[in-house]
Amino acid sequence: MPYATLLLLQKVYDRQLPVHGAPWLWFTIIKMLVVFTVIMVGVAMLTLAERKISAWIQDRQGPNRVGGKLGLLQPAADGLKNIMKEETYPEAASKVLFVLAPAMAFLPALMTFAVIPFAAPLPTRWGLVKMVVADLPIGFLYILAISSLGVYGIVLAGWSSNNKYSLLGGLRSSAQMVSYEVAMGLAAVSVLLLAGNVSLDTIIENQVIGGWYILPLFLGFFIFLVSAFAETNRLPFDLPEAESELIAGYHTEYSAMKFSMFFIAEYSNMVTASALTVTLFFGGWSVPFLNGINLAPWAWWKTLITLAFFVAKVGFFIFLFMWVRWTLPRFRYDQLMGLGWKVMIPLALVYMVIMAAALLVLSYVGVSPNAVWLGFLPAYWAILGVLNIILAALVFVVLDRGRLVSPASSRVDAAELARLRAISTPRRFAGVQGD
Amino acid sequence: MGIQIKVLERPIEQTSYLRSTLKGMALTFKHLIDPHKKTLQYPEQKWDLSPRWRGTHRMLTDENGKAKCVACGLCPQICPANCIKLVPGEDEQGNRYPLIYEIDEFRCIFCGYCQEVCPEEAIHVGRHYENSEYSRAGFVYDLERLMQQTHPVCEMWDPADPRGE
Repeated sequence: MPYATLLLLQKVYDRQLPVHGAPWLWFTIIKMLVVFTVIMVGVAMLTLAERKISAWIQDRQGPNRVGGKLGLLQPAADGLKNIMKEETYPEAASKVLFVLAPAMAFLPALMTFAVIPFAAPLPTRWGLVKMVVADLPIGFLYILAISSLGVYGIVLAGWSSNNKYSLLGGLRSSAQMVSYEVAMGLAAVSVLLLAGNVSLDTIIENQVIGGWYILPLFLGFFIFLVSAFAETNRLPFDLPEAESELIAGYHTEYSAMKFSMFFIAEYSNMVTASALTVTLFFGGWSVPFLNGINLAPWAWWKTLITLAFFVAKVGFFIFLFMWVRWTLPRFRYDQLMGLGWKVMIPLALVYMVIMAAALLVLSYVGVSPNAVWLGFLPAYWAILGVLNIILAALVFVVLDRGRLVSPASSRVDAAELARLRAISTPRRFAGVQGD
Repeated sequence: MGIQIKVLERPIEQTSYLRSTLKGMALTFKHLIDPHKKTLQYPEQKWDLSPRWRGTHRMLTDENGKAKCVACGLCPQICPANCIKLVPGEDEQGNRYPLIYEIDEFRCIFCGYCQEVCPEEAIHVGRHYENSEYSRAGFVYDLERLMQQTHPVCEMWDPADPRGE
């Protein structure tokens, strides 16, 4: 389309057309480079943040020798150290896979981030530039497909090292990631049901208009978050690493930069999981309460503000990841599997059915998805929100009674279990029975 | 029957995991924002040593700058770690002085008996602890080096003031 026609179109329509042709290619390359750099630098700073937060939680001060009181140059020092260390290759290792594994662990995280929109579109003289590296209309399906690849790196590392600890770490990781991915996917289905689309752009747009999904899909968010913790191998689900049992799990045999790659992979996974949570449940890059900023006509300052909000939201979830890591101990392996298969997956399935039924009933009753009550309260948001609060209360009060995590006593026989349950009964009815 | 597992008897029906998780997170957050950090920035900051701290030895000197030691031989006698080497000498006035006086700080257990037993109050254990060396030989302090130490000396336990006040 000639430039003059484009200008004419822009005068006629309020909406600016997306960039196309050569400028599109240039913008994509620029976005790729910028996003890659920002994530790499961000990951480096996250290692520092993790050390600082762990230190503060433990009443220590954390790294403060390099780069001022905050230790801002510590990541650079760590990187330099890792580059200068010796690259070891175990004799028994399968060399090709051994070298390939760190890259395999690290790529899917970055590839996933490519489809996550991180700011409002930027209008330029060549057209509207969407602030996402790859604007895939099937964004969410792509994420589900790619994030499953993350386990390959870890399993390959465990297998190729030819070391019992590595192998055990790799095995655990594959079991863990396979089982929690199901719950994660099922929880995300409710988002797709409500949004009616798999494009992340549309999901964000719907949240801008109809309110963030955190309330109407609260339980889905909870399941998604727990599964995200398991997917990123963070505590309390860090069984693949499990320092106290498996030395370092799948990366026992790795040194220097290859070891560092696994570290980078873990942190980029964390960034991606946080970004995904934000996109699906917290309105992505949108600014709360100020919808003027979130909607067209676009302007460069809107892009900047929304970018800042996206970074802030993602930052909060990364902080949450770290906060939980330094609070909770690790699950036992059977507890992990039990939680995944006996609680999370059934819960996600039932939740999906309930949400689908609720949406069906709403459309049957005749509530329009765009209906707004009292001028500010989106109808779907309010109705599903109330439903979710009830469901969440049920889950947290009824299910969370010694069932979420089975204690060691769950492996004893039925009679013994009855006796253990009897311990708690007199205490509960202390007023009635006495002792 | 496999391995015996110690099973904690806990009231299953009353165990709530989500609530205890939230409780734990509240606790860690309280520590996170607590400005009082316990770390001592070691080379810059140091602990105040107790006046009774027994560390690196020091030989006190008289007003002429000579060691107070009279080479009586009590400190090598009492030393439980056998780390003091003393060869006595005698000058033309008949005063005894140490020809060789060496303390192996590496063998020393810093019991402070040498200071306690010394009739001249010459050898002391000091309020000082940073005595690392690159070689084992470096830990053998000769008389010259013991006299050069400047750190405050240990105040031994005093029966009149048992709590060191």
